[in-house]
Amino acid sequence: MDAIGVLMMGPMNSYLEQELDKRFKLFRYWTQPNQTEFLAQHADSIRAMVGSSGAGASADLIDALPKLEIVSSFSVGLDKIDLDRCKEKGVRVTNTPDVLTDDVADLAIGLMLAVLRRICQCDKYVRSGAWKLGDFRLTTKFSGKRVGIIGLGRIGLAIAERAEAFDCPISYYRRSKKADTNYTYYGSVVELASNSDILVVACALTPETTHIVNREVLDALGPKGVLINIGRGPHVDEPELVSALVEGRLGGAGLDVFEKEPKVPEQLFGLENVVLLPHVASATEETRKVMADLVLGNLEAHFSSKALLTPVV
Amino acid sequence: MGQEINPQTNGFHHHLNGGGPPLPAADLPELLVLRPGLLYKVFEQEFLAKFNVLKAFESPLPLDKFLLAHAQSARAILCEAIVTRITADLLLQLPALELVVADGTGVNHIDLAACRRRGIAVANTGDVFSEDTADYGVGLLIAVLRRLSRADAFVRRGSWPVLGEFPLGLKLRGKRVGIVGLGNIGTKLAKRLEAFGCKVSYNSRTKKQSARYDFHPTVVDLALHSDILIICCSLTEKTRHLINDDVLNALGMSGILVNIGRGPIVDEKTLVSYLVEGKIAGAAMDVYENEPNVPSKLFGLDNVVLSPHRGAFTEEAFGDALKIVMGNLDAFFSNSPLLTPVSTNE
Repeated sequence: MDAIGVLMMGPMNSYLEQELDKRFKLFRYWTQPNQTEFLAQHADSIRAMVGSSGAGASADLIDALPKLEIVSSFSVGLDKIDLDRCKEKGVRVTNTPDVLTDDVADLAIGLMLAVLRRICQCDKYVRSGAWKLGDFRLTTKFSGKRVGIIGLGRIGLAIAERAEAFDCPISYYRRSKKADTNYTYYGSVVELASNSDILVVACALTPETTHIVNREVLDALGPKGVLINIGRGPHVDEPELVSALVEGRLGGAGLDVFEKEPKVPEQLFGLENVVLLPHVASATEETRKVMADLVLGNLEAHFSSKALLTPVV
Repeated sequence: MGQEINPQTNGFHHHLNGGGPPLPAADLPELLVLRPGLLYKVFEQEFLAKFNVLKAFESPLPLDKFLLAHAQSARAILCEAIVTRITADLLLQLPALELVVADGTGVNHIDLAACRRRGIAVANTGDVFSEDTADYGVGLLIAVLRRLSRADAFVRRGSWPVLGEFPLGLKLRGKRVGIVGLGNIGTKLAKRLEAFGCKVSYNSRTKKQSARYDFHPTVVDLALHSDILIICCSLTEKTRHLINDDVLNALGMSGILVNIGRGPIVDEKTLVSYLVEGKIAGAAMDVYENEPNVPSKLFGLDNVVLSPHRGAFTEEAFGDALKIVMGNLDAFFSNSPLLTPVSTNE
């Protein structure tokens, strides 16, 4: 299969990159000094694309790759892929569901604990020598806090299961009530936020869910409320979030994603009530290997005319 | 850079006093405080409203003279644990003492045998701090596995756009967690970790018949069968330096240690060298052998999470602790059974 051209959209994983290089003719999009020239030269040899949460198959790019047969995303999120255009052109799409659910849910709870209990600030406090001058302040208890989840898919449910072990009452928002669950349903995100101490974004990013956390929601969450975002940056109106935090209208935030990654609003850097992470929710050695193998497995299946492992389109 | 405690911001006012104008101090029961712990400092107004607080720490007299002059009729003492030691000698200077109230869970600063000989009852704060401590154990574990504090620092110093990649962390589901001490904290911690898909086993002084986790007869055996070891037990003569090189060797090069118990349970010098030499994979520590001193060799390590003994320290826990301390004192002064007595038998 090493004559098959595969376009990798970013340096998402070195093991994946090495394997793609071994098994296919690998083109590294991010190293091309002139992407237009590159496409003009090589577009015809590219039959597969490997995308990630950072970069994927826009309509323009799909149109520029006439031989494209499959887009295999190194992510579960599909927001960087124009699914309609793929469907139109008969391009297959795969992602990496389930294998990262645990790590993402673990990180969501980790962010809740880190924000409420000031774990990162405490670490800094010790390393800076400040502890010798006095104790750190009292922080906020996590157990028993009301957790509101936007989106009750695999990740949302995994978060709920963990939070329940801390006796947190669970409620959720979804377009419609979920049939087989006892968690409390709210028909609007504002209502959910009004009744939550901690609000977690755990839904897919679509045009409908863009800025699903807006000024109104942040006001409802309030000066003691905490926002956790392990979805996508554009789920949250970031300038509104920043001013709510800076002005003390929101109690705190744990953020793994941002509207313009890797750029993070600098006004957040001096705040004690936030935890800022560089999009690492699925970033464990174990999970990234499994994700990479799933991407490779889907490509191998496609090019051997076998059933795709985790098809979306 | 020390954090001054401001009781006014804690939102606790005189709701525990039952209303009515405060009695003159002389009419209130005496409560001796040698040295104010955090609980006393935060809630001093509450204590002053109900008790004639004998503040040894505010007197110009040396302690023995203060006690002789002012504490001969004191029946109850509220004591912190960091510096105060309730010794047999101290008890000799308090002929009327009948109750020692600890402001926390631990009582290893109190000579229980001497109290027993004198017929002095001892109360602690029962279970009020165990949820927060268990929560913190989970938080520290996720923080070390997923490098949370290093990642947060990476973003704040602007490295993300420049360096791009941040090192991968380690998955939690499926890890074997060995809990040392399956008491109030250990039990709550186990319940939480099971929800993350961890396989929990434990070592404790005695096997817990009701526990559904595998029991290991020694800590070394527990460490051999664990990826992660979490210290939740209390500090006693038997548990001092319980975690030594044998245990750390058994835990192994990919093992993680989390200490939310007490610093002296771990042989700190050995732990530090193991971390520096890569003989275990990482650690998260809330407690140390000589607080607030922390071995500086740890400061440069990325696989370590350090915390300044805050496992139990939330606003909510302190509110609950106040209720239980007041409850014990009220019970004592009304000749009712204590809420959370500590056995002085051993």
